[in-house]
Amino acid sequence: MKQKSVAVVGAAETTQMGRIPDMSVLGLHADAALNALADCGLKPSDIDGVATAGESPVQLAQYLGITPTWADGTSVGGCSFMLHVRHAAAAINEGLCNTVLITHGESGRSRVGAGRFGASPSSQNGQFEAPYGPVGPPSMFTLPVLRFMKDVGVSIEELAMVAVVQREWAAKNPRATFKDPITVDDVLNSAMIAYPFRLLMCCLVTDGGGALVLTSAERAKDFPQKPVYILGTGESVETPMVSQMEDFTSSKAFRVSGKKAFDEAGIKHADVDHLMIYDAFAHLPLYGLEDLGFCGRGEAAKFIWERNTAPGGKLPLNTNGGGLSYMHSGMYGMYALQESVRQMRGIAPAQVPGAKISVCHGVGGMFGASGTVIFSNEA
Amino acid sequence: MDRVLPQPTPETRHFWEGCKAGELRLQRCVQCQHSYFPPRPFCPGCGSREVEVYPASGRATLYSYVINHRPRPDMGTEPHSIAVVALAEGPRMMTNIVGCPQTPEALVLDMPLQVKFESFSDAISLPLFTPAKA
Repeated sequence: MKQKSVAVVGAAETTQMGRIPDMSVLGLHADAALNALADCGLKPSDIDGVATAGESPVQLAQYLGITPTWADGTSVGGCSFMLHVRHAAAAINEGLCNTVLITHGESGRSRVGAGRFGASPSSQNGQFEAPYGPVGPPSMFTLPVLRFMKDVGVSIEELAMVAVVQREWAAKNPRATFKDPITVDDVLNSAMIAYPFRLLMCCLVTDGGGALVLTSAERAKDFPQKPVYILGTGESVETPMVSQMEDFTSSKAFRVSGKKAFDEAGIKHADVDHLMIYDAFAHLPLYGLEDLGFCGRGEAAKFIWERNTAPGGKLPLNTNGGGLSYMHSGMYGMYALQESVRQMRGIAPAQVPGAKISVCHGVGGMFGASGTVIFSNEA
Repeated sequence: MDRVLPQPTPETRHFWEGCKAGELRLQRCVQCQHSYFPPRPFCPGCGSREVEVYPASGRATLYSYVINHRPRPDMGTEPHSIAVVALAEGPRMMTNIVGCPQTPEALVLDMPLQVKFESFSDAISLPLFTPAKA
């Protein structure tokens, strides 16, 4: 795509976050959408493009009273919203629509109006993974880690440190679910979930949502908020079954998506001021840092241990506290995007001073899919 | 509670019939000789439809695993392994490692394993793996 041709002009999360038993999934989508529309001074009738995952874009359009000329229901897990941003930018540039609303809402904890879990027994996952007892992400997303730790040389203490550092960021964020400091020992003494993963290495399960409004860079200047430009984007998918991931020490989808985004953006890693890497579990920032090229193979754990990604470090990472401490409704990608937009607007609770470029990298499924969006706050 | 079991499709029936017969059946491309799993009637390496089913050796090594401490109701009450094994022929598959303690000390990466079929219904036996005898 053409750099900086499209911008985020509206961005907001749901009014509440955490435990919201009085709102359904659809209600959370709508709450986030209305907040994002208010943020940019638009009404639903001003929107002519819709994209969402979890709910159908048909449902979203009808519920909000939108008549779109473009709809995208790409649903590849938690990074779907990164893909929506990418597809929306292409659609706006192609003239398929002018103003796109992307929404997320999920009743991850309360399960109000939520669908059911589980693969059909005749699907590939149902035949070749489900019979062996996986219970959702905690026992599937974690499966590659022992191989990663052995082959690249990562200790359990280093894995625990990922959660410790992210809690430091969360402490600066009033909306974060967990703000109290933790130590490596705290992580290693928390309940065993799926060896080697302990509770504090796993994400939260909360209710919430978020929404974005995108339009052309030309129009973006006329909106009340500082425009946040799309500098580059990438996406890829690999496998619905984690057992069939090509290499347990590196995500092919991460590598492909990340390279595409960096190539489009025309930037070097040293140009990046702020980084979000979807962290459903503590190992994901390690894969992300290496597969996106911020660290060499086997260097990410030490990079985090040496506080390069911590407050005051040279590469601020997951500055909202991440899925480990901020919130995680199930499809966390929207919250990573929201934090990148806040950082580019200069209004994040843990603002990185003078940040001009933010990289936001998402994962979908269990290393199944990936989307990367690179933002700039300079026209 | 009954074990969660697969429902074979026309493309996978040979695999599950093989498990019932005590044979781990893989597929191989006649054109490029690529061995692959899960089953499908064409080669994911080159796209050729000229593929054959063959019995694998049943030998594997332990590629990675977790020990699930919150078992699903059909998996009993004790922590158990969920593993990915690297078959001698190349492909990897998810399974459980059985016949040894479900501990990090007993489950060592790259240890040699041997397939062991366990019957769960008239139609379905699952390919599980045990430590190979020295």
